[in-house]
Amino acid sequence: MYEKDGTQYFIVDSHIHAWDGTPANQANRYGEGFLNCFYDYHRNLSPESALWTHEQFQKQSEEKILHDLFEVGYVDKAIFQPTYLTDFFVNGFNTTEQDGALAEKHPDKFIVNGGWDPRDGEAGLAALERLAERWQLKGTKLYTAEWKGESKGWKLTDPWSYRYLEKCQELGIRNIHIHKGPTIYPLNRDAFDVADVDDVASAFPELNFIVEHVGLPRLEDFCWIATQEPNVYGGLAVAMAFMHHRPRYFAQIIGELLFWLDENRITFSSDYAIWTPKWLVEQFVDFQIPEDMQSEYGVLTTDIKRKILGLNAAALYDIEVPAGMRAAEPEIPVGREPVASELNKEAMSS
Amino acid sequence: MTTAVSLETEVWRALDTVLDPELDQPVTELDFVAGLEVDGDDVHVDLRLPTYFCAPNFAYLMVADAHDAVAELPGVRRVRVRLLDHFASEEINAGVAAGDGFDAAFPGLAAGELEELRRTFLRKAHLAYQEQVAQELLRAGTELDDLVHVRLGGLQGGAALDRLRRRRDQLGLPSGPDALLMIDENGAAVPVEGLSAKLRFARTTRVSIEGNAGWCRGLLDTRYGSGGTTGRSGLH
Repeated sequence: MYEKDGTQYFIVDSHIHAWDGTPANQANRYGEGFLNCFYDYHRNLSPESALWTHEQFQKQSEEKILHDLFEVGYVDKAIFQPTYLTDFFVNGFNTTEQDGALAEKHPDKFIVNGGWDPRDGEAGLAALERLAERWQLKGTKLYTAEWKGESKGWKLTDPWSYRYLEKCQELGIRNIHIHKGPTIYPLNRDAFDVADVDDVASAFPELNFIVEHVGLPRLEDFCWIATQEPNVYGGLAVAMAFMHHRPRYFAQIIGELLFWLDENRITFSSDYAIWTPKWLVEQFVDFQIPEDMQSEYGVLTTDIKRKILGLNAAALYDIEVPAGMRAAEPEIPVGREPVASELNKEAMSS
Repeated sequence: MTTAVSLETEVWRALDTVLDPELDQPVTELDFVAGLEVDGDDVHVDLRLPTYFCAPNFAYLMVADAHDAVAELPGVRRVRVRLLDHFASEEINAGVAAGDGFDAAFPGLAAGELEELRRTFLRKAHLAYQEQVAQELLRAGTELDDLVHVRLGGLQGGAALDRLRRRRDQLGLPSGPDALLMIDENGAAVPVEGLSAKLRFARTTRVSIEGNAGWCRGLLDTRYGSGGTTGRSGLH
């Protein structure tokens, strides 16, 4: 919980990891390159006070994770999003089991998501079933750019992917987080293309598709899809961190998202351990759209901030929100045509 | 010596025409040129990118374009372009040197060439510049209804208009004085109906392109430090 000027904010950090990027776990130069890439993100966008050494960045202890998120980071609930990357890291970079070990010790603090890969075929379907039972999964994280032997990536529209999404539906895994952002492969296709989200969001209206990194570097493609698909959400991992060094650009991102989606489909995340939630929460609560941009984008109200920082993710994951930290009910003026986002909300709650 | 200096200048100019397809900015402005060496009539160019995992399709386009732009210069006999510090450097460099195309550089992993990808980004850039010019007009008092009748010849020149024209030429769209400002990707006039929404979407595209450029510059600085480049003195 974060409190500022008498207002309390319930914080759900909806995209965190407990990773092992140490040299001992790096399987090859790709693993090293991957970790260093993340470290450059961290160095490029963190405020100086939140900068870590390369060694600190490689792996975090249980104590450190608990400290950064809950002791000083204001987080009420954090959601682990695994990234296996077993071609790059000997024991995997950040697996459900690694994350789950922590979640099991601190069930009031963490939610752990699973992962799957359509290239694992029938065996993978069975494994997903076991994973769901073992960890009571409510969500999964998908990384379509993951390498697997000869294959350098897959698409949500691949036939086997549909089988897995059907299985998720059957198992009650409703939240499908997809990494769409700075990525690697596929080669000649547009590696950041979010079009496959459009297809599966239509095909699986009962599932929620949370596009992590709000489609950056293709914000416009994401917005276009999210406007049409009521079950598509924008996860602010990475985007959030622009707030410190590039506040005007961050204002534009938030402004565009609020215009094309709405305040109910945007979720906060630190992408820990790339960034820590403390400064992100503090700065976001203090953040406002610069005055000269307000005619285009409007302003960020307390309720909008409350929803983004925690209430929206809480709704997706049935997390109980204490009284006093909820937002006011939205009002749709009588006689006005509801916009797409309002209709979407109806569709979601039905 | 004089010849060498002059050829070097020519090479830089040629590299100015090589764009990052996504950011729509020259590799020279983006500081992606890590080194340039002219040895008689042999030219060596080193390129670098903001991250180790920058998408290889874009990387390939830039390396191949740099190779072609330099090779076309009179007085150049041999060109070698190397991409440094990238997970696919080896394949890309070998593929471009052999001139076999992207498919051959990544056998079995790529289907079809990259031209469509390039066009996608040219179209986005065109949309973004069109919106920029249109916004300038709207701010200066032009009504939305009148915007659809505006022709390029009636506009005041400027950087955005120049870039708009260049992208149109590359896309095979009309760019002369009689050409309408508001045309779609096939060159057809845009109706007033829906124009406002179209401009709104184009603005999101522009925000996206500008944001990516800033992100890439920041990452390049983080990776290599500012100012640690070839020092192209007096040419910018």
